[in-house]
Amino acid sequence: MRRIIKNLLRDLGFTNTEEADDGLTALPMLQSGKFDFLVTDWNMPGMQGIDLLKAVRADAKLASLPVLMVTAESKREQIVEAAQAGVNGYVVKPFTAGTLEEKINKIFERVAA
Amino acid sequence: MSETAELSVGKDNKLERARALVAHLEAGHDDEAMDSIAELSGFHDSQLFQEVGRLTRELHDSINGFVADSRIADIAQSEMPDAAERLNYVITMTEEAANTTLGAVESAMPLADALRDDSQRLAESWKMFNARKMTVEDFRSLSSELSVFLEDTQSNSNALNAKLTEVLMAQGYQDLTGQIIRKVIDLVGDVEGKLVDLVRISGAHVTAEEKKTDNERDIKAAGPVVPGVDKGDTLDGQDDVDDLLSSLGF
Repeated sequence: MRRIIKNLLRDLGFTNTEEADDGLTALPMLQSGKFDFLVTDWNMPGMQGIDLLKAVRADAKLASLPVLMVTAESKREQIVEAAQAGVNGYVVKPFTAGTLEEKINKIFERVAA
Repeated sequence: MSETAELSVGKDNKLERARALVAHLEAGHDDEAMDSIAELSGFHDSQLFQEVGRLTRELHDSINGFVADSRIADIAQSEMPDAAERLNYVITMTEEAANTTLGAVESAMPLADALRDDSQRLAESWKMFNARKMTVEDFRSLSSELSVFLEDTQSNSNALNAKLTEVLMAQGYQDLTGQIIRKVIDLVGDVEGKLVDLVRISGAHVTAEEKKTDNERDIKAAGPVVPGVDKGDTLDGQDDVDDLLSSLGF
């Protein structure tokens, strides 16, 4: 799934991307401060996506980093929890390339506004 | 304590009867001797009955405990049929992914072939032109072929890109079916544990099993929605998710 998203992002013009296995490996990478945007799954080993999102929002330097969640988790309570934790977009799998593009564009429109 | 007391009483009684048996045999009182033997074996029988009774009770309690374990009922009533449904969904998803991929490849190949054939033909004409072996008439037709080719190349490469994206997206099945299959593997492990319990209960050594609590179930990651299995609070696709998010002010 990471490769799929990476390829879609490249197609959308995001060529400078990096991958991480889970929240535990992603967080230190994010804290290095060179990322403008985070795409994460919910269901991951080590640290789940929702916990990564909370950790990002709790970190003063990362608090405003746009976060898009792409996941198979589609329970109402989960989406509400992600929204409350400060997610910027939520895409449920299976999704289309168009949906991903639309959500990413929306996030960047809002960030620019 | 009372059991030990009973045992010691039993032992004294038995000794008494045994001495009586020896006395009867020595005195040649066969009838009385037979009575003593019957009494002695009676002790044995009653102890055997007690032991059988105790084992029966333990077995009964264990089986009751086993039946009362709601996890078993869950597994039999919903999780096993669900597992079959989940695996069927895995078959459907893998089939769809294979069909999507094959379809995309089948429609992409003629596009790539056309690009190759056209460029080959044009390359030949271009060689003729470079060698100045081309008439004005031929050059006119080459020129119009070239402009058609350039247009085709653009639209064909766009179509190729779309087909490749289809193939790319179709690979998402691996992630989703993987999550579903993992759930079924967990269930099979659970059933295995319960079967081991059952074997233990029906075996000679009945031991009190520590019950594992079921609280570990992760409510946070439920995995992909399987049609016909997941009901209730799961949302039906991206549109519903978008509606919910917009109701939350997104």
